Amino acid sequence: MTKPPLTRYLGLIPSSVMIGVFFAIPFAMILLTSVSTPTDDGDYRFAFDLQHFDRFLTWFYVERALFSAGLCALIAVISLLVAFPFTYFLTRFGPRSQTIWLIYILAQLSLSEVLIAFSWQILLSRTSGVGNILEWVGIVEKSFSMAPSAGAVVAALVYLAVPFAVLLLFPALSRLDKSLIEASRTLGASPMRSFFTVVIPVARPAIVSSGVTIFVLTLGAIIVPQVLGRPEHWTLSVLITDQAIFNFNMPFASALAVVLLVLSASVILLVSRFAGGNRS
Amino acid sequence: MSGLVIEGVTKAFGSVVAVEDVHLSFPAGEMICFLGPSGCGKTTLLRMIAGLEEPTKGRIEFDGRDLTHVPVHERNIGMVFQSFALFPHLNVGENISYSMRIRGHSRSECEDRATELLDMMHLPGLADRRISQLSGGQRQRVAIARALALSPQVFLLDEPMSALDANLREAMQIELRKLQQELGITTVVVTHDQTEAMTMADQIVVMGKARVLQTGSPMDIYKRPVDKFVAGFIGTSNLLPAKRTGKQSVRVGEAEFNVGGTIAEVQTGEDVLLMTRPEEVFVRPAEHNPPANAIPGAVTFVRDIGATIEILVDCAGHEVISVLTPKDWPGVKIGDAVHVEMPAPACNVLAA
Repeated sequence: MTKPPLTRYLGLIPSSVMIGVFFAIPFAMILLTSVSTPTDDGDYRFAFDLQHFDRFLTWFYVERALFSAGLCALIAVISLLVAFPFTYFLTRFGPRSQTIWLIYILAQLSLSEVLIAFSWQILLSRTSGVGNILEWVGIVEKSFSMAPSAGAVVAALVYLAVPFAVLLLFPALSRLDKSLIEASRTLGASPMRSFFTVVIPVARPAIVSSGVTIFVLTLGAIIVPQVLGRPEHWTLSVLITDQAIFNFNMPFASALAVVLLVLSASVILLVSRFAGGNRS
Repeated sequence: MSGLVIEGVTKAFGSVVAVEDVHLSFPAGEMICFLGPSGCGKTTLLRMIAGLEEPTKGRIEFDGRDLTHVPVHERNIGMVFQSFALFPHLNVGENISYSMRIRGHSRSECEDRATELLDMMHLPGLADRRISQLSGGQRQRVAIARALALSPQVFLLDEPMSALDANLREAMQIELRKLQQELGITTVVVTHDQTEAMTMADQIVVMGKARVLQTGSPMDIYKRPVDKFVAGFIGTSNLLPAKRTGKQSVRVGEAEFNVGGTIAEVQTGEDVLLMTRPEEVFVRPAEHNPPANAIPGAVTFVRDIGATIEILVDCAGHEVISVLTPKDWPGVKIGDAVHVEMPAPACNVLAA
């Protein structure tokens, strides 16, 4: 007689309930709302109506979706370019300074997006920002305002994303076998060649997964693009907030959310299929 | 040919001295083993030859060329790491031809050389395998092939056998030695395994506590160790406290011994150690007239494993091991009173 394996699944109950209540049900509701149809009194009722998706297919929204994807991809690339060398050198520091740096980076994650957005707004302003320093040093003649602009949005989102990138890259890079680098050096590779032919390829899975994480993370940012960008720099997430909160158009906001979800999911799938694979 | 020359090399990590004032010189084409317990500085010395560490003091030369400050990638060396350090993102062929691709050889040259080396290492047809699909022994062969791809001047191996199981280890030692002799490449192997060193080396460098204790051929070191540390590290030895009584004699307890082996520079009358190897020590049943060069004792254990017989004898509180062939078997059993005979040529005197 074997005991029923029920007890083995007992541990899964809390997480299943969590996922069910806080993820599956809301998601089902968004899906249903996105295909609902408007009623005469301005409300909506459940049906199978694709008009909100039709509306998305106008050039304005498609262009916004492409802009969002491009912006977030750019931010992922810049963040990795900043975070990878930093993390690589961090793993070569002593254990003490590693701990201090990691605590500092973790602490930075506790800052809210709102705080960061408004801090950057001040930092990039005409009256009390870096423009004044440039004026003082003599690089520019007169201090100027650097926000709102696309550059300001990118800068603040990179600032948000870099700590995540460092924390995601750190385990992989600190596990990287140093003798691999030494081996490539004895085989005739200069330090630079060694970095590009060994360190980066060996760390590729970690680079890809942190790139994807940053992409998805910044795709969901809503405050930075509004505070530091002009309307033409708004991402899909900002438009969703706009539709849901200011236009009370829940069905269209839901449809946009579904599009955003499909966009993220397909990026994750594509990247893990073509770039993260090839490992055995 | 001047070969490998190490001149007054010292390496300190902060206040810890890992290698202190090492002078060594070997002709080209020899196989050299750095032998010593862990932490004796042998790996650090190897890494300095490789260029992975820079000496704090001293010079390293090969073939008359001063390598001391030449960066690793310009030294023309091949190195096998303890962990093998094969690149996980490349397949076997790409690993082997890595050095050639770095130097800009064409793809077909790389593939040909990889095939040639795989055949030489008895791994034909594995070029397309992933590293994770290889066994430990195969990985080691690939690591050796990779290090030899560009026919380096110096071949360095850091504890190459430690990741292999015992059976494979012995076969690989013989194979590596044959390969080295075939290629005639100057080779330095770091090991803590004396059998490995004895099997492979032309010259053994015994190291302890950051210093070189003795350099010489394996038999030289086995027969004439300079001190009790070397004697204890290489092979088994019997060490008996003694007093020097003359030019070629020592006294152990009541017994006088003629010494025919090496004698350390010790004044007459001082305390010394009488060192013998177990296979040169004989056990005789106790008689009224003891043989010359012998001390009395009692048998504490007999281990007969067919090819050899090991007899443990307690001589006034000191354990002496005798390893005999069956023809010298004295027919003693545990508890018997015996005389342990140490013929003069077998006796060596070491500083206490």
